[in-house]
This record gives sequence, structure tokens and C-alpha cells, in this order.
Amino acid sequence: MAIRENSLIDMDAERRGPSRGRFSRNGDSRVSPERLAAGLGWFSIGLGLAAVLAPAKLTRAIGLKGRGVSQVAARMVGVRELAAGIGILVEPRPVRWVWSRVVGDVMDLALLTAGFTGRRVRRGRLALATGAVAGVTAVDAVCAQQLTALTRVSAGSPDGRFVHARKRITINRPAEALYRFWRDFSNLPRFMRHLESVQPLGERRSHWRVKVPGGIALQWDVEMTEERPNELIAWRSLEGSPVQHSGTVRFESAPGGRGTVVTAEMEYRPPGGAVTAAAAKLIGMAPEQQLQEDLRRFKQLMETGQVVVSVAAPSGAGPRGGAR
Amino acid sequence: MKANCWMGKSRVEVQDVPDPKILNDRDAIVKITSTAICGSDLHLYNGFVPTMKSGDILGHEFMGEIVETGPAVKNLNVGDRVVVPFPIACGACALCRKGLFSTCENTNPNAWMAEKLWGYSPAGVFGYSHMLGGYPGGQAEYARVPFADVGPIKIPAGMPDEKALFLSDIYPTGYMGADMCGIQPGDTIAVWGAGPVGQFAMKSAQLLGAERVIAIDRFPYRLRMARERVGVETINYEEVDVYDALKDMTAGRGPDACIDAVGLESHVPGPLYAYDRAKQAIGLETDRPYALRQAIMACRNGGTVSVIGVYGGFVDKFPMGSLMNRSLTLKTGQCHVQRYVKPLLERIEKGEIDPSFVITHRLPLDEAPRGYDMFLNKEDDCLKVVLKP
Repeated sequence: MAIRENSLIDMDAERRGPSRGRFSRNGDSRVSPERLAAGLGWFSIGLGLAAVLAPAKLTRAIGLKGRGVSQVAARMVGVRELAAGIGILVEPRPVRWVWSRVVGDVMDLALLTAGFTGRRVRRGRLALATGAVAGVTAVDAVCAQQLTALTRVSAGSPDGRFVHARKRITINRPAEALYRFWRDFSNLPRFMRHLESVQPLGERRSHWRVKVPGGIALQWDVEMTEERPNELIAWRSLEGSPVQHSGTVRFESAPGGRGTVVTAEMEYRPPGGAVTAAAAKLIGMAPEQQLQEDLRRFKQLMETGQVVVSVAAPSGAGPRGGAR
Repeated sequence: MKANCWMGKSRVEVQDVPDPKILNDRDAIVKITSTAICGSDLHLYNGFVPTMKSGDILGHEFMGEIVETGPAVKNLNVGDRVVVPFPIACGACALCRKGLFSTCENTNPNAWMAEKLWGYSPAGVFGYSHMLGGYPGGQAEYARVPFADVGPIKIPAGMPDEKALFLSDIYPTGYMGADMCGIQPGDTIAVWGAGPVGQFAMKSAQLLGAERVIAIDRFPYRLRMARERVGVETINYEEVDVYDALKDMTAGRGPDACIDAVGLESHVPGPLYAYDRAKQAIGLETDRPYALRQAIMACRNGGTVSVIGVYGGFVDKFPMGSLMNRSLTLKTGQCHVQRYVKPLLERIEKGEIDPSFVITHRLPLDEAPRGYDMFLNKEDDCLKVVLKP
């Protein structure tokens, strides 16, 4: 059977931000902080090159002496700028590097201010330069703040960050066996590590408890929204949950009797308004990687009857109830 | 219990550590009676394998007596003597079902680490870095053996440890190296590396019907052992040019198959060694592949290059043109030990081979650090060290 490819293949959703999927919002026309950061990165590289290659010219241009201490200082500033520029351009979301620019700006302002005390200084030019740096500082600070907000998954922001993960695995068992196991949601904590417990509340509803780092627990009720025996199970959290969560798992026979292809998709989104830090943490926990590991454990459980543990697992994750 | 632990580059220590426990239903605990230092342990010792942590218990060649079994282990009883294969395999995944046990899909809980370096993860291995599962190894008094109902093989009562121990790794590894050559009557097989695995590859090539076997190394005592204990011809690569010598010995055609039993820390005389060693030191390549380069260049047209020496990451100057234009076949793999233990145990029982011929030193476990040092520096004609807990 052909494997259905669809528009939900979105491995980098949590990296790119809210651009796709059920919870996305349209009509945001501002320059994204990532693009702004890239501009600042190129600016850093340009300034850095000038300062490293022609420190004397640069220092004279801003009204300082072209030689001596100021020349050495300009070179050092240049090296710093180059590092920041490369760092910004290499990383997809260079929060720390942009903050490093802010720190650098403050240093530069201090250096320039100190420059006013020197003799043979062109104060007009120096004032202009200081003003320019102050302006750049403001842009840097805004960009850094926006990036930080994005990275923290600032749930309360009007953008409403969400996370979508999709992973697949092939399991050497018939679809019926896999479906039957997954259909009983109380089995999920045996392979989904962040789930503490799932208690059935009748035929289609269940109560989920989730652990997040820091020992805080989140909980919500889930309703099964669709089930097609041996093919598909879909669920979503009920209105008013601290985290809006939905998931789908598909089971398809692999060709040539090679077992069953399992495709799992999950979405998490905190509601608007105030939200606990715990919800943000849950969503920030590298969901793609987490889902991958969950599926691996599901495979182990289905193929070997146990979740394999090695005492020295560096994740620190020891054996859990039901894992044996 | 006592265990030999990796404490950093070039440092191992025998320490007191907690006894292992049953963690999964299909586990068993083995009281170790014999264990060995493997050439691949030296790659860990020399710091070439990433994701080792200070305190990790080393060792993946061990045997002993079952002292406890998990509730799902039905085929073993307390008191059974077993040899434990070094790769941990579940026996149930699609790859185990194909007999590719060392690439088991289920036994590496840290598969994501291996995926970063290699694309996909092979099986977990005892005492061989966190990237391969972080399983405590067998240079210890006791070891926890996961999937004890799949890997361990029972040893007949009368057979001494030293005859059976190497079924855990080096005998099947050498055998697989020869097996991958697809040996035909009249074939000449060249083997790079006359260490323990190389010696077993040579012996196995003979058992599989090779006409001639040629060993390549630089240590006279190892070449002498190969001549005297296995009965092969030898080339010392520090004395003659390997390519020329092989070309001459095979009357202008080259060996029908070449086995690389050296791996990532190979040596070569001259400035090329300094070139690759320097690149390795600063991380531009992780592995030094002289033996592999030579094996490819020396192999006859249409022949097979069989790689059982361990590689970790990336090599430079890989002679892809020679490989492709001359229709060579490259076969590789960590040994699928579980596939070979039974037939090879039968060969031992029939007296076709006595694997203990490679042993040169027997030490108590406490002296493991001395064993590593001797084995690494080829002191006292050291070829294989067996440790007794």
C-alpha cells in the first residue's frame, strides 16, 4: 500500500514558528526577528572586517586617533563583531549571539564615551558615532528580546506558539496487534516517557497526567475523535485544558510482509492568556526527538515485550513501572 | 564487585562498583569466569571512540556461569555455563530475523547518538561507549546480560573456558571476515593485521578452503605466530612494499580477497603516517585507513575486500576509483556473532580448531591495567590477554 504523504510533513515546525497547521495565524506582516537577526549578522561582519582590516581608518572616521590604544581596541572590536556575525548567521535562532551584540554595544558606548576625554579628538564625529551606536543598540535589544520570547515559547503572546511533530517507524508485527495496544490509552505511559498516567473515563474519554522538568504535573482530559480499527486512532484534549493537545496514529501494512508502518503526529499548544511555565516547558521539550524516542520504545515493547534499559543510560531514565 | 573501568584516555582502573541487577524480564546475571581484552578495547583506551564516560565498565568478551535469570528467560538455568556474544540482539526485529544481529533495531537505548554519527544505529554492545547503549561490560566479576534468551550459548561441561571464550567475539569475527570473502577453491586471501582477529581470519580462510593465506603486519613475533601457529605466508610491511610483494606472490593478479583486520588505528612507514596522524589529532579525520587503502589497491580485479577491523567515523583519501573501476566488492560489519556461535562451537568440539592458540598472557582481573599496557605496547610478545576475575 502506498504511504500517504501529506502537507503535515513539517519536521521543523517548532523551529520556524507558527506558520502552518491547525493553530496557525495568518496576516503577520512584521519583519520576523530571525530576518532582523540575519541583517544584524551581516552588519556585524561588515563592521568586523572594516575594524580588523583597516582599524586606523575606522578610528579616524569616528573622530579618534588612528594609532595606539584606539587602533588595538578597534581590532579587538572587529574580532568580536566577526564572531558575533558568524554566530548569528550560522544558528537558526541565534538568541545568545544577538544578546552578545547588545553587550558589545554597551562596551562600545563605554569606549566611545571614554574617547571624549582624550586630547586631539574630533568631538563632532565622535558624537555622531556614539549616536549611531546607540541606535544600533536599540535595534539589537529589540531583536534579542523578540528572539528570546520566541524561544521561551511565550505562550501568552498573541502569536500562540504551537508545536507539531510527526515521526514514523516500522514494526515487525501485524497492524491489529499494534492498534489493539495503542487503542487502550492506559498503555501509552509504558512508552511515552513524559506521560505519568492515563486513566480511562468511559469508552472514549481519558484523563492524562504529564510530568515536566521541575516536578510539576499537568493534567487534562482527552477524547478519542476517530477510530478506524487497525488503521487509525485520533484524539484531542477537551476545551479548557491547560495545554491543547491532539494526536493521530496511523497503522499501514509495509510491503512484502515487512511489518507495519506506524505514523504518529502530535500537536501541543498552550491556550491564549496567562499560562503556567510548566506548559511552556512541555512544549519546549524537543517534541520531534521525544516522539521519535516514544516510537522506538513502542517498537521495543511490541517486538520484544519490554522497553530495553541499560543502567548507564545517560538520559538518567531508569526502568519504569510496566517497562519490564 | 570488582570491575575494570575506563577512567579517561590511557587510563583504566579496577574499582569496586555495585553488583548488576536484573532490570528487564529477559535479563540474566552471569558470574564471569573468564574475560579478555580485545584489540577494539584499545581504541577505547586510546580515546578514539566518542561518548565514553569516566567509570564505564569495559569488556565485551566474556563467559561465565548463570547465577540469576529474569522471569522471561526459559532456556537457561542457574548454573549453566555460557559464552555471551558481544552485540546485544533482540532476536525479534526484522534485522535479527535476517541474521543481522549486530544491527539489531531494539537494543540500543541511545540510538539517537549513533544516528547522529552514522545515520542509523547498530545494536547495543557491552562496555563499548554510550553511543552503543552504555551497557556495563564484562571485565568484571558479574555482568547483566539483556536478551539472555537470545545471545548466550551453553558450553558443554568438559570444555575448558579458554577453548570457548573467544566465541564471544574474535573467533566469529575472524570467521565472518573469511566468510564474507566467498572463498573458492584455489583462492589466495591476504589478511592485514596479525593480531588475534587476524589470526582467526587466517585460520578460518584455511578452514573455508583457501589455497594460500598471506598475513601482513609489522611485528615479527606476530608474523612468526601466524607462520608457526596458523601456517600462513607473511609480509612485514616495514621491510617490503606490500603491493609489490602481493603482486609478485600472486603472479601479477593480486589476492582474490583482502581482509582488513586492523581498523582505525593502522600504521604505515614514512611521512603519510604523520599526515594522517596529524589530521586525526585535530579532528579532520577520525580514522587512519592505511590498511584499508592498501587492501583495496592490492585486491585483484573483481575481488572482495572484507572489513572487520573497527572504524569509528570518517576516513580520507579513500580509493573509490580503484574500488569502482575494478569491480571490487566491499563487505563489512560488526560480527553477527549469534549467527556463528553454534556452527563454530561444533568446529571446536570436532577438534578442527582450538581457539586458545592466540592466548599469550593470563592475568587476574586486578591486573587489567597492566594487561592493557602490555597489549597496547606489544610487550613480552603479547597477542591476547585473558583475565580471571
